[in-house]
Amino acid sequence: MRNYILYGLGAAAALLIARDINVIAGLPREASQGAIFKIIFFHVPMAMTAMLCSFVALIGSVMFLLTKNFKYDALAVSVTEVGLAFLAANLVTGSIWGRVIWGIWWAWDARLTSALVCWLLYAGYLALRNAIEEPTQRATFAAVFSIFAFIDVPIVIFSIKWWRTQHPAPVFWGGGSIPGAWAAVAGWNWLAMVLLGTVLIAIRLRQEDSQREIDSLRRMAHAL
Amino acid sequence: MDAVAVEGVWKFYGDFPALRDIQLAAQAGSCLALIGRNGAGKTTLLRTIAGFSRPGRGKVLIFGQPPRETDTRRHMGFIGHGISVYDELSALENLMLFGRLYGLADPRKSALEWLERTGLERVRDGLVREFSRGMRQRLAVARAFLHEPSVLLLDEPFTALDDRAIAVLQTLLRQALADGKTIVLSTHQLREALDLATHVAMLNRGQVAFHGPCTPEMVADPGFVYARYGEG
Amino acid sequence: MQFLRQVLVITAKDLRAEIRTKEAVNSSLAFAVVILLLFSFAFDAFEDTAKEMAGGLLWIVFAFSGTLILNRSFARELPNDCLDALISAPLSGAALFLGKALGNFVLVLAVELISLPVFGIFSNVHWTQQFWQLMLVLVLGTWAMTVVGTIFSALTVNIRLREVMLPMLTYPILVPALMAAMQLTMGLVLGKPIGPDTVMWLKMLIGFDVMYTAASVLLVETVLVG
Repeated sequence: MRNYILYGLGAAAALLIARDINVIAGLPREASQGAIFKIIFFHVPMAMTAMLCSFVALIGSVMFLLTKNFKYDALAVSVTEVGLAFLAANLVTGSIWGRVIWGIWWAWDARLTSALVCWLLYAGYLALRNAIEEPTQRATFAAVFSIFAFIDVPIVIFSIKWWRTQHPAPVFWGGGSIPGAWAAVAGWNWLAMVLLGTVLIAIRLRQEDSQREIDSLRRMAHAL
Repeated sequence: MDAVAVEGVWKFYGDFPALRDIQLAAQAGSCLALIGRNGAGKTTLLRTIAGFSRPGRGKVLIFGQPPRETDTRRHMGFIGHGISVYDELSALENLMLFGRLYGLADPRKSALEWLERTGLERVRDGLVREFSRGMRQRLAVARAFLHEPSVLLLDEPFTALDDRAIAVLQTLLRQALADGKTIVLSTHQLREALDLATHVAMLNRGQVAFHGPCTPEMVADPGFVYARYGEG
Repeated sequence: MQFLRQVLVITAKDLRAEIRTKEAVNSSLAFAVVILLLFSFAFDAFEDTAKEMAGGLLWIVFAFSGTLILNRSFARELPNDCLDALISAPLSGAALFLGKALGNFVLVLAVELISLPVFGIFSNVHWTQQFWQLMLVLVLGTWAMTVVGTIFSALTVNIRLREVMLPMLTYPILVPALMAAMQLTMGLVLGKPIGPDTVMWLKMLIGFDVMYTAASVLLVETVLVG
């Protein structure tokens, strides 16, 4: 991606987030929960961005297995890393919210628990990549694992939700829907996150390209 | 049709080409010796021909079919660096296992026959982990020949063998050639290999530096090919 | 059929080798008993709350001790380069995978069946009340563990830190299956049959098994050959 496009996207993301924070600060406080409720404007879009990332990672992995083109592998790893970062932020914001409202750092809320398991899944993906030296083998095995992980995501979400309906516990955002105007803000924030994510992924993709080049130069040097 | 055809094969490790545009062919009844320095790509090429990994570009054909076809593999035999037999099973059990996997009509009969041909009939019920090194090597040879493959791929077969095992292997390979089978072997032991070889191909840094019939000069002075076609 | 015969040849080979050496099974069984023992220290066997949890704890024992067997699965092909011989044989990746998965399944199930009476004694639970339903859950849950563990055993066979990577990759994937097995077992060991409120877990377990068996069979060639 050209530099100016990247800068443009980055600036757009920053501006959007700044404007959103302004709007969010101006919104009235939520009746039962106070100011902390506004963390939802970040918490939920982060989860949605992470889910989007996991889907793109699947596409990248499948395309790599079909074409053996390393740019798909680079896409898969970049998207997974950025997605993991967003998911971690989702977990942290969820935990903070729980601490303020319920006084506990962690409650086995269905969505947060699912997020944790998915985080462990994709962290495993990165650990697997780390353990394999040879680039083609690394890309192939990582792609296979990414497919397995993606299949698991809906099963995890469903099964944990079902577990929680059988053994109810405090739900973090129990009931209630977000009023129309607020939903719009959440939507804008999601867009901002996707833009931010895209910038981060593009930077990471560049890094992967350079790394591949260095790797192959190194091998060539050894062969001489 | 060529017994073994390598057409424009490239093999990549990441972006690094370990094999570059390899073009080789071996006819039925010929023995191709692959020579070259360490790291030249002999093992990589042999394993790609055997179907252990797919080439990045180009293709390998064994009698016109890709090596991963199940039917093709029935007619291929491979000896790599390891002996590829199980320590916890007996010699007979090992051969019967492979006999069954290769779909032989009478696995037990073939197994016993090959145990005899490799001089292992007396230890047929002994566990492989109790065997001496030479015995293990002969069992490895028995395993590779058990299903009477038409194409034999051998990666430095003489390297770890003792004299008795070398003798057994050379006899079997000469017989196979006489029967019209095809052999591709990679080697450092030029003398033993060039004795058998009908053709020679030399690899240098992943490319074919030389490919031609094996001449009497080569047999007389194996280093000749390196001197002529190799680089420093 | 040729395919089925080859699957059974691989299963027989793995089982014969394991029965002769007993490496994996012995350590797995010892591990299971030790964990059960440790759980007994942590939970008072006569308290009702402990009994309610007992079924869930059982699957922790099975999952951890099962990994010792699953780790060996493809690793046993490494000495002497036996994996080469299997890959070059006219054996489809699917047959090799299913043969190994079946062998692992038998071994892990054996360890579990021996652990059950020990579990009953240590935690003072009469687990035989819903015997056949418990066996069904055991079979389905063990197959889930085995199928995922075997394909990942193939994935990790040649990489660094194999023994650490296998559990690290397998357990998160297995969370839904283990959860389902735990939920079902917790009721069954206390004598409650599978009812309309728990049958969902059974369906999920079956769905998990089918999906991951299919995915593994489809992807095993890619893992073995690339």
